[in-house]
Amino acid sequence: MTTQSPILSLRGIQKSYGPIRVLHGVDLDIYPGEVVALLGENGAGKSTLSNIISGTVQPSAGEMTWLGAAYAPANPRAAMDDGVGMIHQELKLLPKLSIAENVFVGRYPMKAGRVDRRAMGERARSGLKRLGLEISPDRLVEGLSTGKQQLIEIARALTLNARLLILDEPTAALGGEETQLLFQQIERLKADGVGIIYISHRLEEIRQIADRVVVMRDGAKVQEFDSGDVPIRTIVEAMVGRSLERMFPALPTPREGVTLEVRDLTSPTKAFRNISFSVRKGEVFGIAGLMGAGRTELVRAITGADPISAGEILLYGKAVTPRSPIDAIRNGMVLVPEDRKLQGVVLNHSIAENIGYANLGAIARNGWVSSRRLQQFADECIRKFGVKGRGHQNAGELSGGNQQKVVLAKWLARKPQVVVLDEPTRGIDVGARSSIYDLIMDLARQGVAVIVVSSDLEEVLGVSNRIMVMAQGRQTGILDREDANDVSVMELATI
Amino acid sequence: MLATATERQGFAGGMFASMRGATGPLIGLIVLCLFLTFASDKFLSIRNFLNVLDQITVLGIMAVGMTMVILIGGIDLAVGSVMALAMMVLGYLNVVAGVPMWIAIPLALLVASLNGLIAGLLITRFNVPAFIATLAMMSIARGLANMITDGQQIIGFPAWFNTMAIVRFGGFLTLTVAVMLVVFAVGLLYQRYRHGGRVLYAIGGNAEVARLAGINVQRATVLVYVVCSFLAGLSGMVLAARLDSVQPSSGVSYELDAIAAVVIGGTSLSGGTGGIGGTIIGVLIIGILRNGLNLLSVSPFMQQVIIGGVIVLAVTAETYRKRK
Repeated sequence: MTTQSPILSLRGIQKSYGPIRVLHGVDLDIYPGEVVALLGENGAGKSTLSNIISGTVQPSAGEMTWLGAAYAPANPRAAMDDGVGMIHQELKLLPKLSIAENVFVGRYPMKAGRVDRRAMGERARSGLKRLGLEISPDRLVEGLSTGKQQLIEIARALTLNARLLILDEPTAALGGEETQLLFQQIERLKADGVGIIYISHRLEEIRQIADRVVVMRDGAKVQEFDSGDVPIRTIVEAMVGRSLERMFPALPTPREGVTLEVRDLTSPTKAFRNISFSVRKGEVFGIAGLMGAGRTELVRAITGADPISAGEILLYGKAVTPRSPIDAIRNGMVLVPEDRKLQGVVLNHSIAENIGYANLGAIARNGWVSSRRLQQFADECIRKFGVKGRGHQNAGELSGGNQQKVVLAKWLARKPQVVVLDEPTRGIDVGARSSIYDLIMDLARQGVAVIVVSSDLEEVLGVSNRIMVMAQGRQTGILDREDANDVSVMELATI
Repeated sequence: MLATATERQGFAGGMFASMRGATGPLIGLIVLCLFLTFASDKFLSIRNFLNVLDQITVLGIMAVGMTMVILIGGIDLAVGSVMALAMMVLGYLNVVAGVPMWIAIPLALLVASLNGLIAGLLITRFNVPAFIATLAMMSIARGLANMITDGQQIIGFPAWFNTMAIVRFGGFLTLTVAVMLVVFAVGLLYQRYRHGGRVLYAIGGNAEVARLAGINVQRATVLVYVVCSFLAGLSGMVLAARLDSVQPSSGVSYELDAIAAVVIGGTSLSGGTGGIGGTIIGVLIIGILRNGLNLLSVSPFMQQVIIGGVIVLAVTAETYRKRK
């Protein structure tokens, strides 16, 4: 596809942690001005590979060549100095500092031995402008939406004049418009001859942005396509190593009778206003919308995590408007929150403890919690909900999908009436996604009212009986499954 | 076969979870005892061990409360001052106002607990950082303690009070040591096996996860500060019995000793890991170290240096072990 020599060549890269080998000799070439999509399930070795390129991790064996010379960065700083920019999946910004300071942290522009704050502000402003962000660089990062923070991280890499950019799930938290802005920027970078490694779980994007697709599985490169225009099914099959029968399980039919009713709900911050809807027994109710539409705020309020200034919530016709998570949980309304690592599990505690925290009342006898009962309770949940792990393992050692199952397990053990899932599969690999969908359908079949919030349009469409669309804090419509498709939802989302 | 083996291992891991992170300190304690056994012929005797127990009562009781505070990711700088305040309230009520001990002691403990209640409410309702809230309470309690007698000490407790700390019942335990052992046992059981104790780990691990899991984080937090202050007051009662007098300058910088014992015992200042089991070992390390250094005639100034070194050693060893 190009006669140029590659920016970066990998030959036989291996990585082992103790006896466990996570990379089995990967070969990869990145040419100037191309986007290589690096795909694979979680644990396939994508992150390890990108960490090796960006100097965070050292390979156990193999060689790398950077612009024709041997390349072995000892640390991220060395890689950065050579021109490798890495944008991590988890945001690495300092919330209490200004945008400009975040963009230049560690390499402030200097003038006469002092930090040149004016130059810093100007260069940050132009960097933001390149990404179409009209915010003052003096603003603090704290309080910015996740999508904006992501773009600031990208602006930081751009000011480095990187020759190679690694984007690890850059669009996981971006709405449609922000994603398009990012893609425009990527096109511009390509024209500048920058090579890009693009890691994503959103396969629809790949067709739009990638020039080449590399699929990894179990630490090895399993397939390479010389074009981004590959059918999603083909990619997924290469990723999971088997052919997929279906992406979404069949939806059960909702039963008669309303479980949950929300009337004129309004938040004190006006993040959402006058929201009314009802969810039937055994129904999966999707909530779609762009970033900042108020979906997360709404479902957090319904489950008592955030305050409500007006309106009420009824469960089986009885007013139960919760004032705290405890209120909601007592009524059988539970939340699987958006951010697993910050809100869902305590990472350095064991699976058993994490499951226990929501069920101490059931485990304890007269307030006494025995280790044996905790262990038995957790083992039961682990088995029932298919968590791949053992009770004593720390939640932090699990894959995203399994962490999510731990969060689900801790709630489902309480036999809830209403289960709210906020971005249930964000950052979770394809194989694990379908088992989460299966769990959702099981719940519906048992008569639980399920609410699913998702930025992944295909997902909301695939799992919901009905979909409510929100835009800027208002509800713009509720669509039945038959009427819902990407066009009708996006129309309502952009009103 | 393999699966059952790992399962059993996991179960045992759960059983000893309260000691998790305390294996390092335990090894340190054993090494220290072995060293002192060879370095001093007076060290290894029941009499000396009972002495050590007597000497660690105040620190031991205080450190149990501090452990709970640190477990939820908090800190309590006020315990030394609260202890002094409780002692002065006891002295004033009993000696000056003539209130009998069986009323004076509960009232002194109540005053101590009130300090914790105020700190806890400042932290949860008004979002004052724990460091600042308890720093303020440290100053307030110390000032109040001084105001009671204008800085003077109080003597003249009933004769039986002092015997609680002196007479060894059955030739073995003084009442004050017995109080400490009961606090240890209750603390260990509560932290490991009570609903309310398990919740502390969740709060320290991640307060938002705990809140969303339906745990009443605010109430638990207030309760922990109340208990910590109550135990500071209780350690004041023990000290008053040991000294047979009370003075408002008691307990200066005791909060730092208590924090040191907790940290040496392997509880992380960021909360969520560690426990009272480790703290008991930490208290023993400090107590035995001081006792041993006295037996070896090391100057008190040098002792301070050595204890500082032990804190550094304990925490770096633990961090290093975790990284591996």
